[in-house]
Amino acid sequence: MKLQIDIGGKKRQVELTQAGGRPVWTIDGRRLEADASEMSPGVYSILINAKAFEVRMERFASELRAMTGGREFRIVIRDEREWRRKRGSTVEAEGRQQVLAPMPGKIVRVLVKTGDAVRAGQGLVVVEAMKMQNEIRTPKSGTIDRVAVVEGQTVTAGEVVAIVS
Amino acid sequence: MFKKVVIANRGEIAVRIVRACRELGVQAVAVYSDVDRASLHVRLADEAYPIGPAPSRESYLVIEKIIDVARSAGCDAIHPGYGFLAENPALARACVDAGITFIGPSASAMEQLGSKTAARHIARDVGAPTVPGTLDPIENADEAAKIAREIDFPVILKAVAGGGGKGMRSVASESALASAWRDAASEAQNAFGDARLYMEKYLERPRHIEIQVLADHHGHLVYLGERECSVQRRHQKVIEEAPSPFMTPELRKAMGEAAMKLARAGNYTNAGTVEFLVDAQRNFYFLEMNTRLQVEHPVTEMVTSLDLVKLQMRIAAGEPLPFQQEEIELRGHAIECRMYAEDPDNNFFPSPGKILDCRVPAGPGIRLDEGIYAGWTVPNEYDPMLGKLIAWGGDRREAMARMRRALEEYYASGIKTNVSLFRRILASADFEKGAIYTRWLDDFLGAEAGTESRDGGEQEAQAEHAAAIAAFLWHTSQSDGANASTTTATAESQWKSESRREQVNREPQQ
Repeated sequence: MKLQIDIGGKKRQVELTQAGGRPVWTIDGRRLEADASEMSPGVYSILINAKAFEVRMERFASELRAMTGGREFRIVIRDEREWRRKRGSTVEAEGRQQVLAPMPGKIVRVLVKTGDAVRAGQGLVVVEAMKMQNEIRTPKSGTIDRVAVVEGQTVTAGEVVAIVS
Repeated sequence: MFKKVVIANRGEIAVRIVRACRELGVQAVAVYSDVDRASLHVRLADEAYPIGPAPSRESYLVIEKIIDVARSAGCDAIHPGYGFLAENPALARACVDAGITFIGPSASAMEQLGSKTAARHIARDVGAPTVPGTLDPIENADEAAKIAREIDFPVILKAVAGGGGKGMRSVASESALASAWRDAASEAQNAFGDARLYMEKYLERPRHIEIQVLADHHGHLVYLGERECSVQRRHQKVIEEAPSPFMTPELRKAMGEAAMKLARAGNYTNAGTVEFLVDAQRNFYFLEMNTRLQVEHPVTEMVTSLDLVKLQMRIAAGEPLPFQQEEIELRGHAIECRMYAEDPDNNFFPSPGKILDCRVPAGPGIRLDEGIYAGWTVPNEYDPMLGKLIAWGGDRREAMARMRRALEEYYASGIKTNVSLFRRILASADFEKGAIYTRWLDDFLGAEAGTESRDGGEQEAQAEHAAAIAAFLWHTSQSDGANASTTTATAESQWKSESRREQVNREPQQ
């Protein structure tokens, strides 16, 4: 099985196959001596050439992150097999990414409109919550497909604020 | 000792007080707002009563509701924790009227010592140094020069109507005073519509050092050493430690005695903290007094081996302090990090939400005072503090090493936490040397922005590979129809993930 995984801004081809009943990991064509298994939900212990890494996968609103040893990597997974309509999907297929409000609040400013080109990390709307204002950012670069909120609107956690393609 | 105590608070401090009650054999009564029904302090208490809607002013801040609960539950005392009603003399008085003991100072001690201006008067009366300067507006530049000569340069001009650093000018010498006066006045006029200025001595890179005091109802007062609280973000404490790396035994004695004089002059009882600013020459200046238990009390507990919450209860119950000043010994070093549900990469934006999983750091010298658990939703109506992580070591070096180790072990998933902030601070050379002052963290974070370069290398590349592999496995486990938001794995889901794991390891997927 093969996936394209964007990690820290770099695109990598990650493949898992079988050889002699054992898993074989290949990243960008290079084979790795890796032993990987899930320890508890979302927590993986991975031994690469006997070096031990503990990686925690976390999904926060529309972002997927991998955390290991104090480092954090933003992850986007491209799976050609299917496009899931799940809310909060971090999978890109046909390139559409839902950007969600991470917490309840009020939209105080909309920074983009349909058709605008955006860079990963760019702010799309400003939301006010707990007496603080902050920007909700797009995890990927692309074009604004649709802005789903208007100024003055209240949003709940997990609500779609925009779609970026 | 009391039979039953109402804890007029929530979160980690309410849990802390429940624990003290348990240890003393006292029944602990919790109160909770509508969003706190599932909170840890409610789960751990002996009894729990609802007190209304989420907003504090409709629940935790309503004195009548707290007193009602105390009455109907048959409680003989109330512990206010910190924040909320802890420094509200109206609660202290309401307790007196209801015949219930308030675990804290009297209302009049609160008023005298808790008010910034009243306390400064007492400080001057007892000869405790305060930041030299005027609180009253200065007429003109000439008068300013006169005052500046009295208090000595450098000085700082501040706007009477001001805040946020506007209308402020520091002045290094008399020659710069006239123009500083003009600039500060016009800035103040523009910002606040009020050009009036006052003056204080300018403390360069002051440290915030506070003294813990305890006073019983029999006239005994002691001080339990100091806490260094100079690591602050926008005037909010973020890391505290005891003892202060800047302290000397002479300074500790001088500050401790000044603190006690102040407390005694205000007829203070129970636990309290006297805050000072200390300059580079180790001159100290009284800032204000906090007439309650503080968030950072654990670092004092760790280095004195005393339980401040139990002592508060004993004092309130009329017991005399069980030790003298000479018996108080400071041993080792403790550091505390305040863990918040905040995103340090996004301007510390609060990030409440459901905690999916969390790990409690453990091992030698580690203490975690928290009010969270896996499966709990952090409400967004309150301060998003999750708890405090405290490390104790035989010396400061060991305390730092233990804190670094514990920070690696700490996580709470499903929300953002500020743990990465502490990793950065504990890795900095300044903090290592103890070379900190009240603006240090703001300066540190300002300088860091834009220096995000990762060091490359083999370790980094392998970490990335490990992350890619984990992401791959995570993705396959998600798309196999498993519930995406698992909380704690049940036996059945563990079996499922085990068999999935086998599959991934066994069969090639198309």
